[in-house]
Amino acid sequence: MHAARQFVPKIKMLVILLGMLTVAHAAVALDSLPQFQDSEKQQLYDQLIRELRCLVCQNQNLMDSNADLATDLRRKTHEMVGQGQEYDQIVDFMVNRYGNFVLYRPPVNPATFALWGLPFACLVLVALIVAHYFRRQATASEVILSTESLHQANRLLGESDPES
Amino acid sequence: MIPELGHFSLIIALSMAFLLSLLPLIGAYRGIVTWIVFARPAAVAQLCLVGFAYLCLTWSFLNNDFSVAYVANHSNTHLPLIYKISGVWGGHEGSLLLWILILSGWMVAVACLSKSIPAILSSRVLAVMGLISVGFMLFTLFTSNPFERLYPMPIEGRDLNPLLQDIGLAVHPPMLYLGYVGFSVPFAFAVAALLEGRLDSAWARWTRPWANIAWMFLTLGIALGSWWAYYELGWGGWWFWDPVENASFMPWLIGTALIHSLAATEKRGVFKAWTVLLAVLAFSLSLLGTFLVRSGVLVSVHAFATDPARGLFILIFLSVVVGGSLLLYAFRTQRLVSTVRFGLISRETSLLVNNIFFGILCFSVLLGTLYPLILDALDLGKISVGPPYFDFIFSLIGTPLLAFAGLGMLLHWKHDMLSRISIRLLVCALGCLACGLLLPLFLPFYSVAVAIGLTGGGLVIIMSGSVLFDRLGKGRVLARLRTTPCSIFGMIVAHMGVGVFVIGVVITTAYSIERDVRMEPGDSYSIGPYRFDFEGTAEVPGPNYRSIMGMFDVYRDNEKITRMKPEKRFYLIQDNPMTEAAISPGFTRDLYIALGEPIESGPAWAVRIHYKPFVRWIWLGALMMAMGGLLGAADKRYRKLGGRISGEFIPVRPDG
Repeated sequence: MHAARQFVPKIKMLVILLGMLTVAHAAVALDSLPQFQDSEKQQLYDQLIRELRCLVCQNQNLMDSNADLATDLRRKTHEMVGQGQEYDQIVDFMVNRYGNFVLYRPPVNPATFALWGLPFACLVLVALIVAHYFRRQATASEVILSTESLHQANRLLGESDPES
Repeated sequence: MIPELGHFSLIIALSMAFLLSLLPLIGAYRGIVTWIVFARPAAVAQLCLVGFAYLCLTWSFLNNDFSVAYVANHSNTHLPLIYKISGVWGGHEGSLLLWILILSGWMVAVACLSKSIPAILSSRVLAVMGLISVGFMLFTLFTSNPFERLYPMPIEGRDLNPLLQDIGLAVHPPMLYLGYVGFSVPFAFAVAALLEGRLDSAWARWTRPWANIAWMFLTLGIALGSWWAYYELGWGGWWFWDPVENASFMPWLIGTALIHSLAATEKRGVFKAWTVLLAVLAFSLSLLGTFLVRSGVLVSVHAFATDPARGLFILIFLSVVVGGSLLLYAFRTQRLVSTVRFGLISRETSLLVNNIFFGILCFSVLLGTLYPLILDALDLGKISVGPPYFDFIFSLIGTPLLAFAGLGMLLHWKHDMLSRISIRLLVCALGCLACGLLLPLFLPFYSVAVAIGLTGGGLVIIMSGSVLFDRLGKGRVLARLRTTPCSIFGMIVAHMGVGVFVIGVVITTAYSIERDVRMEPGDSYSIGPYRFDFEGTAEVPGPNYRSIMGMFDVYRDNEKITRMKPEKRFYLIQDNPMTEAAISPGFTRDLYIALGEPIESGPAWAVRIHYKPFVRWIWLGALMMAMGGLLGAADKRYRKLGGRISGEFIPVRPDG
């Protein structure tokens, strides 16, 4: 958290310096970084450039952005993957530098408990309410049937009282 | 002169809408028949006036009248004709006008097709829609007037955003708006029912086809947007969980819940209050979507500050519409108690489950979209919520939903026994599980997500098929084809579409191959059995751009299958490079090439080559869902709505 706060002004300044947020560039972002021979490294790299965001764009990941910053970050990511660093190490490095804003996968911490937990909490809550409804309905219908209405129904049907 | 006529016409339309929203409501309250029947002609008049205003703006576009600021900002003399017509909705002001035009169109559709509905109800519905028009027209006239003049008049326009110069994006907004605005009809029906304090299954029967059609348009609109992003943005993705996408997805999720809940309300008279709430929510989210996308709030909370008048108006309008209808709901909802009961194992329960899941999915999207804004506002740090979060939630909550979708179609209303269908369930489930688990073995690598997706998607398709078999299978197919209600086919087609969509999503996600490579003329690059030979580039002039076109020969197992020509366009006015990807479409795979930048201004180019298996299935599934919605609305029973409907049809007298 502290690290994140510390770096927020940095990002803001960056955004201001660049004048504006780059709005949805339609030109494809490509650079000619070499493919990794190791397919695991390639997969890690592919995953990272999808999950890290371009900080100066409206809403683009590193893979799609052709902003200069994104190009630099792609290079950096490529370099770190090439050095054999793991997913966590690279993500930590990026977060230390730019704050949690750089991650499209929000971290799980007290500030994001509600984000990760609420959908499932809702599901459980609603399931409980529905279960309660069915239980009440089951008992309610028993009560109704076991008293007057049953007698009345039987009378109307012209049958003898079941108790007699 | 013409723009002023349009402006004037819009002002008269505003006063017409004002009368339309007042007189019938008062008339219904006081029992003044002439005021009640005023609604229909007023709706027609409003459409004519708005239509005229819209034509005036289109005229200004066609005649390059750059003295109109909006035209000067969104057009150019070299703009091709079709984009001059679609340019009318290429910016904020014009898209609001289109919104109003479509709303007026829906109003006239309601006026014409509701002859069998009690006049008092249909006029209340029209009045509510008139009220919405008033809000939108005020917003347009006071904060976003498309007819505003510009002085001095520029010689040349600033051209339409190149992104919008595309047939997909020309059609996408009207479709989306037809959906968004279409939900105003169920909304108006819901408010009218609340005003009346009564809601019976006849109400649900009147509302249901409207909800279905609106949902169909929204489905098509979203699918078009996704398809457009796929081929136009050059990144080869079809959904990014962008706030703008989410804004259109939320009304879709609630709309999906609504059309299911309406089915239960119509057939069994259950979930009445809930259905009304969903109708209110679906339209409220549509309003939110319309405004949020255009206002820029989603980018940053501070965007409101750039145009305080617009922001303030939006806030007030939203709170009047949403708050007002929810307040009305709170006061009247106790009158809408459903007394009908149903067993645990029943169609009703499965629809309830559908509603719970779609409600929670929508809530998650809302949460994920707004959470960064909330944290930022509370100064708790900046975070981004993107695809990893939404994918996680949707795969966890969406998967059980597939099982319920399959099961629900087989269940009877009111009370059913699992034992009745247990054998079939077991066969289908085990069959799908076996296929789902085994099939990925024959694919490039094994993936649990694919196994689950194939099982779930397959289950929905098989179950839909088995419902179809129940209807037609046992001899005399043609006779049964005639007697089976259209809506049953709608249900089957739409659910099969869900299965097709899911299969497309999991396979594309898991097995797409995406390569960014450096290629010089003469180079070739292979992905699987496909080989791409780069021949070189050529310069090609366009009407308002110049283009560099790459030439690729594509071979499959050394046999030439196609020639692909990705482009890089430079629009002359806006000076934006644009990627036009080349796509070789196929039922089981797309090949996709996007041209990047020349590398060190040499002959080499950065090229993105994709192999995307089953990506078409995503939009095919969406098309099938939309088709299902249409079939559902086309059911015969909605057309013979006259007084012959026994018992349920209660003529309504003016209550005072």
